[in-house]
Amino acid sequence: MSNQEKHWEKSRGLLMITLAIWFVFSIGIFLFGAEMNEVTGPFGYPWTYWFTCQGSLGAFVILIFWFANRQEKIDEEFGFSEREDE
Amino acid sequence: MKSTNFIDNLPRVYGIYTGGFIGFIIIMAIAEQMGMTAKAIGIAFVAFTVFIYALIGWLSRTAQADAYYVAGRQVPTVFNGMATAADWMSGASFVAMAGGIYFKGYGYMALLVGWTGGYVLVASLLAPYLRKFGCYTVPDFIGTRYGGNLARFSAVVVLTVASFTYVTAQINATGTIASVALDIPFQYAVYIGLISILLCSMLGGMRGVTWTQVAQYIVLIIAYLLPVFWISNKMGAGFFPHFMLADEVARIGELESQFGFVKNSAADLATVPKGLAGITKAHSAVNATPWAFISLALAMMMGTASLPHVMMRYFTTPSVKAARKSVGWSLFFIFLLYSSAPMLATLSKLSLIDPTLSTGIIGKSVAEVQAIDWYQNWNSANLMFISDFNGNGTVELNEFFMGGKAVVLATPEIAGLPYVISGLVAAGGMAAAMSTADGLILAIANAISHDVYYKIIDPKAETAKRLVVARVLLVVIGFAGATIAAMEIQGILGSVIWAFDFAMSGLFFPLVLGVWWKRANRQGAVAGMLGGLAAGTWYLVWVRTGGSGFLGITQLTFGIFGSAVSLVAMVVVSLMTQEPDKATQKMVDEVRVPSGKTILGKQ
Repeated sequence: MSNQEKHWEKSRGLLMITLAIWFVFSIGIFLFGAEMNEVTGPFGYPWTYWFTCQGSLGAFVILIFWFANRQEKIDEEFGFSEREDE
Repeated sequence: MKSTNFIDNLPRVYGIYTGGFIGFIIIMAIAEQMGMTAKAIGIAFVAFTVFIYALIGWLSRTAQADAYYVAGRQVPTVFNGMATAADWMSGASFVAMAGGIYFKGYGYMALLVGWTGGYVLVASLLAPYLRKFGCYTVPDFIGTRYGGNLARFSAVVVLTVASFTYVTAQINATGTIASVALDIPFQYAVYIGLISILLCSMLGGMRGVTWTQVAQYIVLIIAYLLPVFWISNKMGAGFFPHFMLADEVARIGELESQFGFVKNSAADLATVPKGLAGITKAHSAVNATPWAFISLALAMMMGTASLPHVMMRYFTTPSVKAARKSVGWSLFFIFLLYSSAPMLATLSKLSLIDPTLSTGIIGKSVAEVQAIDWYQNWNSANLMFISDFNGNGTVELNEFFMGGKAVVLATPEIAGLPYVISGLVAAGGMAAAMSTADGLILAIANAISHDVYYKIIDPKAETAKRLVVARVLLVVIGFAGATIAAMEIQGILGSVIWAFDFAMSGLFFPLVLGVWWKRANRQGAVAGMLGGLAAGTWYLVWVRTGGSGFLGITQLTFGIFGSAVSLVAMVVVSLMTQEPDKATQKMVDEVRVPSGKTILGKQ
């Protein structure tokens, strides 16, 4: 397998993990919205309500930065990161 | 604005700007104490901020294609994040979102999840790869990746349908705010709004829009957060509302079960002015089925990743790496406002319905409420209404009606904040609507001038001529949007949601598969774009004309049907026709790594 194929395989793996986490916070939780809302969550809000106000939104912000850092590491590992002068 | 020097000085420039704006708010507050009228304050806020944006637009004027189309590709990540946030958060987000949450609760909050979760798709599936491509517009990517004028033209069609649906709503919003703040008829205010919008974008194109959007973000976020914190503190609900409103949320639930949701008769409802609604749904309880919630969130997420005015903001970053980070910053700046909207809805609702609070009106006598100053103001503005349906002389929960906009616009006044805050909120709403309108008009005009005029009609056109065409189109599209907005056909929020559905129907899979599936070819992409758009449009028309729909897909989520048709059409047609040539496959390989030259180079 060429260097580029390995790079793409790893990038695709990262994409799958990222989309799996995205799925949990955007869809998975709300499959059980009614049940989870019975439980008291962070700062005393009901769980599902808190996710729609802050939880999922904040998780997406963190997820994107995490993804960007991981992808940068993968690019560096295979020598595909951009030079500063580009 | 001389390039490198200006870029290095950005934090200082916008730091001074922010300080200056806060200074202006303080001066207005003092002027109010000294007897300046509410109307004069409103005019001062809108005129002052619009003047600043116009000044930035003029300073950013340019004669270079690179600067006009992609701001010279040198916008730093954090500033591009702010510009994207302003580009993204429309008049609807600013004025209508808290109202939607106030009335519909959980079911509506799917929009909060959808309009933020979509950025994960933008960051991981598309933005960095399209940045590597080095295109000027989204159809530029489609046209080069799949080849051929038909593919390029189809992308322009989808882009125009989606963005134009969206832009009329934004021009409508600037007109509404300008007409309230400047006290002039809506039909004229729309054109004042339009001229303000064009002042930002005409001379500097993307460069002008970028730097005005950063300035607009600063105004709109101050205008949104300051009242939320102030009201929360004044009510004694907690100095940091986001972490401290659990008791208030619980209290609303208590009051809801105490009052009950009484259903009004159709005859009674007919007497309520058009556009106003009562509280009929629980505030924090789960009041929608999982599929209703998830389908709406999913449609908004896929729509986010297909809307060209957002995508093209990531063409302006200096590198692929910066494009990824910039998506994160965009969402962070959006998060600041979106996470505050439910807090504002909570504070607003509690202050109105809790009988133990001095501002509460439920349980008071009808005559008493009708004598309140703010009730009279907002009632005459057609945004508030009470009626004693059961004739017992007191206001019940089901007898109080309000317009969605009133939650943002009227809550400061209800909570007893000085008028200077209402002026500030007007300036914030104006900034939100203007910045989105600018991004959208520019997306349409650039696609037509670059992809249709330059790439298809006259590939030998000189830069100067291309930029003249681009600017003429900008004005023409702006006026077309304003003319339709002046007819007041549709509400602000409905047409915004449709724009997402149109965009995802036609563009989501052709864009994503262009990067992630090498086998995707021209015939497949054209089938996907046109088939998806046609299917989505058909479904919308069918449901609007009395069709029953299927699988619980409504007129707000028709993009789910459109994009499913698009995916099937694209895969089937691609597999039935020849695979893309070697050069195209090599191009896709190139797009997938950040290093090396952009595919299109300098255009």
